[in-house]
Amino acid sequence: MKNDAVLVCSGAARPTSSGHIITEATAEKAVPGSIMNKVSRPTDKLLSVLIYICAGASVVLLAGIIIYILKNGVGVISTEFLTSVTSVLKGTVGIAGNIVNTLMIICLTMIVAAPVGVGAAVYLNEYAKKGRLIDIIEFATETLAGIPSIIFGLFGMMFFGQTLKMGYSLITGACTLILMVLPLIIRNTQEALKTVPDSYRHGAVGLGAGKWYTIRTILLPSAMPGIITGVILAIGRIVGESAALLFTAGSAKALPKTLAGLFPKIFQSGGTLTIQLYLSATSEGDFNTAFGIAVILLIIVFMINFAAKTLAVRFDATRRK
Amino acid sequence: MDRKDIKIGVNSLNLYYGENHALKDINMKIRPNTVTALIGPSGCGKSTFLKTLNRMNDLIEGVRIEGEVVIDEENIYDPGVDTTLLRKKVGMVFQQPNPFPMSIYDNIAYGPRVHGIHDRHMLDEIVEESLRGAAIFEEVKDRLKKPALSLSGGQQQRICIARALAVRPEILLMDEPTSALDPISTSKIEDLMEDLKKKYTVVVVTHNMQQAVRVSDDTAFFLLGELIEYGRTDKLFSYPQDKRTEDYITGRFG
Repeated sequence: MKNDAVLVCSGAARPTSSGHIITEATAEKAVPGSIMNKVSRPTDKLLSVLIYICAGASVVLLAGIIIYILKNGVGVISTEFLTSVTSVLKGTVGIAGNIVNTLMIICLTMIVAAPVGVGAAVYLNEYAKKGRLIDIIEFATETLAGIPSIIFGLFGMMFFGQTLKMGYSLITGACTLILMVLPLIIRNTQEALKTVPDSYRHGAVGLGAGKWYTIRTILLPSAMPGIITGVILAIGRIVGESAALLFTAGSAKALPKTLAGLFPKIFQSGGTLTIQLYLSATSEGDFNTAFGIAVILLIIVFMINFAAKTLAVRFDATRRK
Repeated sequence: MDRKDIKIGVNSLNLYYGENHALKDINMKIRPNTVTALIGPSGCGKSTFLKTLNRMNDLIEGVRIEGEVVIDEENIYDPGVDTTLLRKKVGMVFQQPNPFPMSIYDNIAYGPRVHGIHDRHMLDEIVEESLRGAAIFEEVKDRLKKPALSLSGGQQQRICIARALAVRPEILLMDEPTSALDPISTSKIEDLMEDLKKKYTVVVVTHNMQQAVRVSDDTAFFLLGELIEYGRTDKLFSYPQDKRTEDYITGRFG
């Protein structure tokens, strides 16, 4: 009987029930029902190759852009470039003013946007009754998070700049950016609050904690990694923003002479790094400066992402030692 | 029964989830310093009933409650009731151990802090006393600053019991406190219940009938939102008065 069985399977190549071809070579050794009947799957191999090509192409493209920018920009960066202001009179080329403007815009925007955004998210998630109104608000925030930033720029110019007569100034730019990053912060905070298990809420309420006490001591600390990620992503968007600032914050690059001069600067025109990059590469035709700024921006974005990751881990309450 | 012999009096309690009539005309008199077990098949309303005793159902939208729950001669559904004070008096332990993502110490001190105790020495004392009360002090005394989530499930549940004891409640509600635990942790918590009733009135939901027999003085059998039978545990399990109780405890359904 055993011999018969071997005879049956040592025939020519034949399709198996699953449609694969068992070649004669393997079939000779194989016993029916054994897991040794190795089957070749050509589509699997083809797909693996394609996936490797996709991954490789993405990495090459990204690395290519970074290398190109570094090659053209690193040589431009010097102490003078970082600490002085471009001036025809003094014959200097520098972006110190733009760095200060960028930092001021970030601070002005986040001082308002972070608390308001987190507060709005807490309201939407913890206080508001679920219903149509909340759905509409959530849909609106999602839409606002996705619309092109130049629309915020147009609105900011007309409303803050002209109607409220704030003109081209850092504060006009910051007000515009607040509107732009609020949805981002609200969405991220809401997502973070949604991941806090209800059992924490019940546990706290069961001990007699009120709503605000629970939010302050349990929910916000637990959601902190997500909130910080949202805030840092928002800062990243501010650093990279140009369209919304072009019509609102202006392009001045002068540096205040004293620290006290920073305050009046809020109400004056001030160009950020991205605005200066745009101007350098277009009307000013100074590609050296443009590439220098590009390198600086790359470094800043890298640092922001790194900070986001590190802080999110550090604030992760579940892993706190 | 004399009034002094009633810790929790439930009078004509009805509860609705929207249209769904989840608890139907419940009347119970729970004795002080006893363990009362609530048994019944899934969805019979025993957990819902437990949550009416410290108004945890307030958290759920669309819940409507009629009737009264009287604790120490005060109706907890009176509009003048402060739920924070109510929940200080009536503590709760949940089915899944739910320690907060903070240290063991801070978990236990959470409740006292809610109620305004911030004095370091006083908190130290409460933490130790509560951990001893939950029979876990010896296991964790050297690592009070470690995250509570690093403990095993059984230890976490006793941390949650300690956390509930830390506000010095008079009544302790336990919602299937051992269903997520291994047999050794379960028996530790059952032993603990025996201890707890000396100081507290314990109401425990369980779908394990052996557990009800082991730990409780009184048992209430719920079915489809109704209280079918309620009495001394030994009597209820030996001589059930109602056919449905008999069918359930002999395993004919459930």
